[in-house]
Amino acid sequence: MAFELPSLPYAENALEPHIDARTMGIHHGKHHASYTSNLNGAIAGTDLEGKSVDEILGDLDAVPEGIRTAVRNNGGGYANHNLFWQIMGPGGGGAPSGALGDAINSAFGSFDDFKSAFSGAAATRFGSGWAWLAVEGGALRVSSTPNQDTPLMSGNTPILGIDVWEHAYYLNYQNRRPDYIAAFFNVINWAKVAELYAAAS
Amino acid sequence: MDRNHSLSRREVLKLAGSGLLSAAFSGVSFAAGGEFKLPALPYAEDALEPYIDAATMSLHHGKHHAGYTNKLNAAIEGTDLVGMSIEDILADLEAAPEDIRTAVRNNGGGYANHNLYWQIMSPDGGGEPDGELAEAIERAFGGYAGFKEAFAAAAGGVFGSGWTWLVSDAGALNIETSPNQDTPLMRGATPILGIDVWEHAYYLRYQNRRADYIGAFFNVLNWARVEELYLATL
Repeated sequence: MAFELPSLPYAENALEPHIDARTMGIHHGKHHASYTSNLNGAIAGTDLEGKSVDEILGDLDAVPEGIRTAVRNNGGGYANHNLFWQIMGPGGGGAPSGALGDAINSAFGSFDDFKSAFSGAAATRFGSGWAWLAVEGGALRVSSTPNQDTPLMSGNTPILGIDVWEHAYYLNYQNRRPDYIAAFFNVINWAKVAELYAAAS
Repeated sequence: MDRNHSLSRREVLKLAGSGLLSAAFSGVSFAAGGEFKLPALPYAEDALEPYIDAATMSLHHGKHHAGYTNKLNAAIEGTDLVGMSIEDILADLEAAPEDIRTAVRNNGGGYANHNLYWQIMSPDGGGEPDGELAEAIERAFGGYAGFKEAFAAAAGGVFGSGWTWLVSDAGALNIETSPNQDTPLMRGATPILGIDVWEHAYYLRYQNRRADYIGAFFNVLNWARVEELYLATL
């Protein structure tokens, strides 16, 4: 059973002006689509077919060595973008409440402290990569990874991620990555992040 | 002096972005008129059109390369690295103080890599190498076509941000790749040709089509300059 590129849960222009329609169109229709087809190409005919991508990424050592890098890169790209589209939405932004809000206050001191830590991790990731809010051993932690690596590869559960590959922002923000990071906070779908947090806790 | 020669402190702070990077730079002051200078582009920003567009060249040189230059100067300020050549610094990163080593690696690499990149492109570029360089390419790759194919494949295969290089080890040519702003200089080898495959090098014009950018790059390759660099390694 091949992995399928999920549809965007909103229109390509739904996140304007924070994330432009052209970026969304290429990011989803070209980059995410390539990771998906390259992942399928890599695992075709192996025991990995039929496993979930979370399961595959959680045990890369079990992947045949000849395709391990392809699975890491393209499987990571597949899973990361699946999450990325979900945790954004028109009408997003604001701050989380409920159990997630409490957990963020408990882990970081306040929402502003979380925002500062997350923005710092995203801004200082050199080259291509992601910054994450993940559930690690029951606790919330901010981290970053290079390229398409994900906390899933360390057995942890990302509940929020920002793509800081230049393809995620260059058409609209060029070298101004901090402006993109600030804009991202205006489209975070905290209701979805709270669901993911509840499922991971 | 070229207007792009250096960025003002204000511009650097604007680059660093409204406070979001403040944590990364706290305690670091920017060296005004620092040790390393952003070189002027050896041609106009639109000189490589249509292969590399003017907007990309302007941002790439005036923002990205300028950013690496300023951050490198800020990192080494007040250390023994001030006054050393960038090649010497990068060839012995172990000698850089540990607390600035990553900053020197990333920004020093970015500084040196782009210095080379502008030089080995030209509006009069393209074609094939000749002379001793052509002979060396023949020995290493069986000819220009073999080189071009291997170099393009290596550049296409870099996952994420990085570079692909033609390296001369005392005259013997090899193609290699490096992640981010790493360079063969870090192992004491001499790159004589490099293509930047960070997305910022091509995204405005080519978006996800990196292969098209690589194909276009060969049309602006300044082989005369690459040969000079090659001969200097013999």
